[in-house]
Amino acid sequence: MRTALHAEWTKLRTLPGTGWLLIGVVAATVIISAAVSASVSCSSPANCHVDVTKLSLTGTYLGQAVVAIVAVLAVGGEYATGMIRTTLAAMPRRTAVLAAKAAVVTAVTLAAGTLAVLGSVLAGWLILPGHGYTPANGYPVLSLANGTVLRAATGTVLYLALIALLSLGVAAAVRDAAVAIGAVLGLLYLFPILTQVAGSPGIARHLQQIGPMTAGLEIQASTGLRSLPIGPWAGLGVLAAWAAAALLAGTLVLRRRDA
Amino acid sequence: MTATMQRSGTEAGNRDGFGRLVHAEWTKFRTVRGWVIATVIGAALTAAVGLYAASGPQTGCQPVGPNGPSGPPAPCRPSNPVGPGGEAVSDSYYFVHRALPGNGSITVRVTSLTGRKSPTGGGIAPGPNPEQNFTTAIQPWAKAGIIVTASTRQGSPYAAMMITGDHGVRMQYNYTGDTPGLPGAMSAASPRWLRLVRAGDTLTGYDSADGTRWTRVGTVSLAGLPATVQAGPFVTSPAWVQPQNSGPTVATAVFDHVSFPGTAPGAGWHGASIGANAQVASSLPGRFHATGGTFTVTGSGDIAPAGPGPTNIGRPADDGFVGAFAGLIVVIVVGAMFITAEYRRGLIRTTLAAAPARGRVLAAKAAVVGSVTFVAGVIGAAPLIPVGASLLRSHGNYVFPMSALTEVRLVAGIAALLAITAVLALAAGTILRHAAGAITAVVTLTVVIYFFSVPLAVLPAGAADWLLRVTPAAGFAIQQYVPAYPQVNNVYTPQHGYFPLAPWAGFGVLCLWAAAALCLAAVLLRRRDA
Repeated sequence: MRTALHAEWTKLRTLPGTGWLLIGVVAATVIISAAVSASVSCSSPANCHVDVTKLSLTGTYLGQAVVAIVAVLAVGGEYATGMIRTTLAAMPRRTAVLAAKAAVVTAVTLAAGTLAVLGSVLAGWLILPGHGYTPANGYPVLSLANGTVLRAATGTVLYLALIALLSLGVAAAVRDAAVAIGAVLGLLYLFPILTQVAGSPGIARHLQQIGPMTAGLEIQASTGLRSLPIGPWAGLGVLAAWAAAALLAGTLVLRRRDA
Repeated sequence: MTATMQRSGTEAGNRDGFGRLVHAEWTKFRTVRGWVIATVIGAALTAAVGLYAASGPQTGCQPVGPNGPSGPPAPCRPSNPVGPGGEAVSDSYYFVHRALPGNGSITVRVTSLTGRKSPTGGGIAPGPNPEQNFTTAIQPWAKAGIIVTASTRQGSPYAAMMITGDHGVRMQYNYTGDTPGLPGAMSAASPRWLRLVRAGDTLTGYDSADGTRWTRVGTVSLAGLPATVQAGPFVTSPAWVQPQNSGPTVATAVFDHVSFPGTAPGAGWHGASIGANAQVASSLPGRFHATGGTFTVTGSGDIAPAGPGPTNIGRPADDGFVGAFAGLIVVIVVGAMFITAEYRRGLIRTTLAAAPARGRVLAAKAAVVGSVTFVAGVIGAAPLIPVGASLLRSHGNYVFPMSALTEVRLVAGIAALLAITAVLALAAGTILRHAAGAITAVVTLTVVIYFFSVPLAVLPAGAADWLLRVTPAAGFAIQQYVPAYPQVNNVYTPQHGYFPLAPWAGFGVLCLWAAAALCLAAVLLRRRDA
């Protein structure tokens, strides 16, 4: 397993795109978060019911798409170049190959995700008080010493890692980077768009409970926890279930089919 | 694929003909099983997701008794009046009227217009006085004046002269017509005189600040006006609206110096609440009393075109078009792969050896992928309006009407949206030579930006508005068919189906993006080694 990990790490590290994509994860997340934090303002406490913790992490919605590219390419890239045959010849235990890939991709996503989340929270901490979101108006300081903010921040890093695992599993199952990225982005963004038109609140709530993004991102909620469609950790659990199902499908396909 | 290459090689004299290139690209497309299956899936997903979405919304009718809403919302078969132009309209007001046989001139002076609104969170009190919790506030588009209408039936042709809460004197006719008259606020010290002159089918409106010097505001011709029309003072006041909320309001106006052909002042008038029994409680019953020549009239509702919004009158028939988002992701994948697969397999070198005019190869690819996705889009979107609208109706929703021509425009527009986005993805794939990056870029520019602006709604209205004007996501405007009217107070946001750009303008922005990307792709394809 150590050699498998080492091999996967070498492959991921030496791809020209990986570094840029990881920078892209951080940049996309922090820039969108900072832009959204800068675009809101709260003049009087009565008319701005905003979850500032969630708001300061808005960039996750875009950063996750870049995370998905990293994870999809880790598998799909090998199928594109035929490298997968060399990999499997060198390492015939296919489950171990996928596990090593998952471990390496998770590690780099956790690293990039931590930077992205810290940057976003820092931007919110710097920007939001100047726009009226002050403790005097009833908004907490965005500090990681605050238990809820810490939960949202660490949860978002875990969320990005789970998105990477989901994408990796889908890519292993469909064995093509283009199809995999289409499937992952569809899975992520279609649920909330469908929620928009589901006129009956019951159906909308149900869609939010089962959607990988809508459920998983409840981990960022810090206010109105009682009215959430699904609790923060339970929501992350839904995403974990999606990731596990995708990895299972990917493992089965990898074991059963010729590369 | 092999067959095509042999053909292009042997028929050397013809090989650069554009038709030949399109044929070669079409052969490549149809012989890759995955792309054909994906195109079919794209059409099927558009239809399936769309019909699922259209089967969701349910509206219950709120029964309205003489004292306002009574009882809980119940299943119903809602309807809405339709104006002479075929559009859905609101037509509720308090009307003090009498018959006007033939031609004549009606004049009134309005000395006061005040209003009251229901509190947020439904404040219609049960019992005989539904307005007891109302607070004083006049709606900007509350209306008081004189109206000539074909009949008291809702949706009748009409012309009216009115003073409004905050938009001065207006002449309005047949629901959508609106001409400004004297600006500025009215008070007892500075009243407004209004006059409507009927000559056959032609109505001319005048206004005046003093009753002696009159200014013509407008002249309209109302086709098919009967010989005897109903005419007289009216008052109405539209619902207040917030993004997720609305409630009824009332307005009260004082009229005097009422002059009607052939009658003594104050005699022979009938008061009636037109359309106050609407199933949606945005109109309360009105009242009037006359003392001498002075009429005090209270009314509620609106005489205006109706559209989707927080008043929940009904839903647009394009709810099902959300299915296009599912189809969009599929066609983006297909469009990008149509070129990146060639790079991946090295086929691009053979393609460019067989057809050295690289720009024309790209044009042929765009023509093929655009045509195929357009056809798939038509097949996927065609059932969305007829089936989707009947699903919406079967769940008690009122569906805003559209003409057959609009229906064709919507289906063709959604199909064109898919086709142009596929071409954009093809261009992005040529520029990036990398499927995953190209797909993510185009999905981000279209679906994710729409997602940020509409369902997520974290962006302030200005930023969302800007994104839906300048990014390829502007193309989604093609699905709007109920226009926004400046003279109707409503929440005109994409959440309610109103886009910042007109349908074809928004689609044009998407086309510009696709054209620019295609040009850049052609330049790069010529410059770079394959």
